[in-house]
Amino acid sequence: MLAFMIRRIFQSIIVMIVVALISFLLFRFVGDPVNQMVGIETTPEQREALRVQLGLNDPVLTQFWRFIWGAAQFDFGISYQFKQSVAEMIGKRAPATLELSLMSAIFAMLVGIPMGVYTGLKRDSWLSKFFLTFSLVGISLPTFLIGILLIYVFAVQFQVLPSFGRGEVVQVGFWSTGLLTASGLKALILPSITLGLFQMTLIMRLVRSEMLEVMRTDYIKFARARGLSRKAVNFGHALKNTLVPVITITGLQLGSVIAFAIITETVFSWPGMGLLFLQSVQNVDIPIMAAYLMLIGFLFVVINLIVDLLYVAVDPRIRVTGLAQ
Amino acid sequence: MSQPLLQIRDLVIEFPTRRALLRAVDQISFDIEAGEVLGVVGESGAGKSLTGAAIIGLLEPPGRIAGGEIIFAGQRIDNLDHDQMRKLRGKRIAMIFQDPLTSLNPLYRVGEQLVETIQTHLPLNNTEARERAIALLDEVGIPAPVTRIDGYPHQFSGGMRQRVVIALALAAEPDLIIADEPTTALDVSVQAQIISLLKNLCKNRGTAVMLITHDMGVIAETADRVAVLYAGQVAEIGKTQDLIKSPKHPYTSGLMSSIPSMESDEDRLIQIPGSMPRLNAIPQGCSFHPRCSKAFGPCTEKRAPLVDVGESRAACWLYAAENGNG
Repeated sequence: MLAFMIRRIFQSIIVMIVVALISFLLFRFVGDPVNQMVGIETTPEQREALRVQLGLNDPVLTQFWRFIWGAAQFDFGISYQFKQSVAEMIGKRAPATLELSLMSAIFAMLVGIPMGVYTGLKRDSWLSKFFLTFSLVGISLPTFLIGILLIYVFAVQFQVLPSFGRGEVVQVGFWSTGLLTASGLKALILPSITLGLFQMTLIMRLVRSEMLEVMRTDYIKFARARGLSRKAVNFGHALKNTLVPVITITGLQLGSVIAFAIITETVFSWPGMGLLFLQSVQNVDIPIMAAYLMLIGFLFVVINLIVDLLYVAVDPRIRVTGLAQ
Repeated sequence: MSQPLLQIRDLVIEFPTRRALLRAVDQISFDIEAGEVLGVVGESGAGKSLTGAAIIGLLEPPGRIAGGEIIFAGQRIDNLDHDQMRKLRGKRIAMIFQDPLTSLNPLYRVGEQLVETIQTHLPLNNTEARERAIALLDEVGIPAPVTRIDGYPHQFSGGMRQRVVIALALAAEPDLIIADEPTTALDVSVQAQIISLLKNLCKNRGTAVMLITHDMGVIAETADRVAVLYAGQVAEIGKTQDLIKSPKHPYTSGLMSSIPSMESDEDRLIQIPGSMPRLNAIPQGCSFHPRCSKAFGPCTEKRAPLVDVGESRAACWLYAAENGNG
């Protein structure tokens, strides 16, 4: 188990170095950041001075080493546009995005898994058919449209939920949370649903097809023949066997939810990293973009690591192969 | 004589399909006495497994019982609701399936599955249930049950897994075990062990067994009586020795003569010409008549009733007419 973890962490570090290389190279070639930062009347000497100050004249390898060394200490330099520490800016906005993503993932699982189980067990009931049709809508409607629809219904028509912002936030150490106030929680509802709807329908359909598969297996038949209660068969034996693919997909989706929260954040004016990233793209603010890329890469790596560990917890057969390798 | 443990009366199992209503089991009747081993033989599709599934109430939809009665210990069980049937399953009627490799849930320890089953049916606490599980594993011949109980199914070999399955079936001391081809998926060398284990355990406990198989060798060694099924009907039923030594129904004699024998020097095995009819093309009259060498007048017209022939009962016009049941 320990060897397995060490190996996985080692792999993760390699992945992160590759991500760093890509984000470093990518943004070296998007144009001269100096042009973006200075006015027309800046003299060539001033430009050159700025270059030296930013270290843009150093050899590429030196710059890359500086980038990696900084990144390892959560130092991504100073934003060209805002003249602030990038790490600090992202640190301020990350809690908003992470809370939103987490809530939407929880929403997707809490609603998607039971719906998937239900539609898998009662294939022919009209409610299952309704869920399936509804999930088609969830999969095919674009996120921004769902967001706008929700705003129209709940914020404009019924005026029960806020249409923008995080509501009141409470500062817990460096983390600003909206989970502790009523208005913060209320503000989370619509964006979480908007962001999580696609994931929810995906999870529902996945759980459904896995349930259909598992219910046909011999061990379910045998569990029934042993006289186990319906609950024990459906949830103890069947559902647990559907979990490995569900964990995989949910984990990977959580990564994409964080990375693609941008649209939802734009629709709901959510003060998260997505908005910051959009602004930095407009301003060619390379340190922010690079840091964002690194952060998303890091989150994916961490999530995958957790997913691997969960496999081991769920399926004993993986435990053996993991150890044997 | 006391009432049989299980009575099946004119059981009909149908599958509604888009084209037609298929009768997979057509008016099967037989009894199983307490503590008796009844072998049920027949080709694939003869309705053996369906009959077993119907008894324990696990017919897969759209298959359904369309007629007849199943009476277990004096109580009719084919019309019980889900919960009543569930209390019977595992507790009084257990079932063993073909493939031990897939019968156990791969995600749970063997002990967890045993304890779960034991506690579903018996009022035991965790320690007692675990002790009972270890005793059961010991009884079915798992070496070092105290440590093996915490193993996962994939850590057991095929034969060992079938032993675990048998332990699970015996967990609540049922009166009847339906064993649906329990050795088909196993190595030939292991088959005999499993069969004798099952036989001995059931003999000691007085558990009746409905042994579904197409292996006449297994039947000959194990069963007290045999029911031969053909195209969803009972062709012949009787004591194993009688059936093997003097089969009455031409289909049974065909089956017997197609078993290779050590004593005779014949180069070729005798085989029954043709194959069992498909469910949507069961011939009129006796369903066996197109393949039967002794077919005559009435065979093509009407189905033969099951009548006493010596010690056995057979559904064949060769005998029905003699007894005056025309």
